[in-house]
Amino acid sequence: MKYSYYPGCSLEGTAREYNVSTRAVMRELGVEFEELEDWNCCGASAAETVSYLLSLVLPARNLALAEQVNSDGQVIVSCSACYVNFRKVEERVREDPELLETINQALSVDGLMYTGKARVRHLLDVIANGVGPEAIADRVKQPLTGLRVAPYYGCQTVRPYSPFDAPDFPESMDRVLAALGAQVHPNPMKAKCCGGTLLTTKREVGLKLVSDLLQAVEGADCIATVCPLCQMNLDAYQGLVSQKLGQPVSIPILYLTQLLGLAFGLPEEQLGLNYNIVPFKSLSAKLAG
Amino acid sequence: MSEEAVDLTGQALDRGFLNALAPAKEKLRICIQCGTCTASCANAYAMDYTPRQLWHMIRLGLKDEVLNSKTLWLCSICYSCTLYCPRGIPLTETIGTLKRLAVSEGIQKYKESRNFYRAVVDTVRRHGRMDEVEVMIRYFLSTNPFMAVGYAPLALTLLSKGKVSLSLPKVGGLGRLDRLFRKVEELEGKL
Repeated sequence: MKYSYYPGCSLEGTAREYNVSTRAVMRELGVEFEELEDWNCCGASAAETVSYLLSLVLPARNLALAEQVNSDGQVIVSCSACYVNFRKVEERVREDPELLETINQALSVDGLMYTGKARVRHLLDVIANGVGPEAIADRVKQPLTGLRVAPYYGCQTVRPYSPFDAPDFPESMDRVLAALGAQVHPNPMKAKCCGGTLLTTKREVGLKLVSDLLQAVEGADCIATVCPLCQMNLDAYQGLVSQKLGQPVSIPILYLTQLLGLAFGLPEEQLGLNYNIVPFKSLSAKLAG
Repeated sequence: MSEEAVDLTGQALDRGFLNALAPAKEKLRICIQCGTCTASCANAYAMDYTPRQLWHMIRLGLKDEVLNSKTLWLCSICYSCTLYCPRGIPLTETIGTLKRLAVSEGIQKYKESRNFYRAVVDTVRRHGRMDEVEVMIRYFLSTNPFMAVGYAPLALTLLSKGKVSLSLPKVGGLGRLDRLFRKVEELEGKL
């Protein structure tokens, strides 16, 4: 089966390492996918503050594009904030056929129609359940032995729609990390919130969330994420967190796909490791040794 | 956190307020005020009204207090309250509805949050996608240009890492989603 791929806006900007590492790893795993042509922003958390209909029409436009490629195809979404918006429109139109009609009236200006048949999958779901730990373990060339990795799922990956994992204490990423040979570091806050856009609009409140998350995994070598906003918030504010706590905090925040790539023996430049803000090099030595 | 009693004597009541919150309104009626939402909220300590208080204020019809509440803009949309609510009330989504009402009624408080979301929506209308740099520029200009100073260290880090660039996206040119946005406004009776 060939998937449609919806990278989302962040993966063209601050999360470009997530995009390149996803492509490299999917190639390696033999997962066929093609980026949706002409995709648009899902509306993030912003559209719903302006218009309920707009918050559904924006993701629906992408699903309509996916249905043009394959009428009941599956769409891989890598960003958890996008994933929530896509899942929301899926659920809403299933409950409310009139709403689907209204959405299609809007989409008609672009000559598009959404039937509700396209199915959205989070990238983590495709990796953990579509490919699965056994097939992943088969590809491992350089096991991440001795690397203590704390899995961090964030909130919207598993809430409120969690067709593939537990909404409060998920485990799918844990299984993938174990398949890579890594030591899964216990993370009691694995599905707590990173603060999302609060780091921009209410920084003090957002910083407390980030600092609690970073402190919860003390002793880990790195944190694995599957959402660009989680990655950015945990990675880019460690200087401010250090000031706040009065002690230095420095822990690399990697995308799960980057860790997969390392275990598959892919070259670092294919994984965009130079884009992570807290440098990864402290880990390279550990992996080599 | 401890919840303090809120003095609501003499406040104006809007009995129709709950009805404006469709589709959640019927469910909000069955809230048992157990406080599980507040207990599950990581940001409740910083709110002016806790989530539990907010639901009850809605039922009382305290529209002005609710729409002016800082609580709306401190929700980070993590869906914990929705997950744990024993009554199955779509609480996180209700906060979204309240934000929308606050914006449409022109509530002036917490304009930094409102302006940020507006900047995102305007950028998407223009480019179809969210250019993170343009969002921030629009946000600073609409709120307070000097606030950009506070973001300078982060911006420099991102630029030096090559994570963001200062060019605008090339896809489709200006107003790429204009027609779609206008149609949505028409369907919602805003045109």
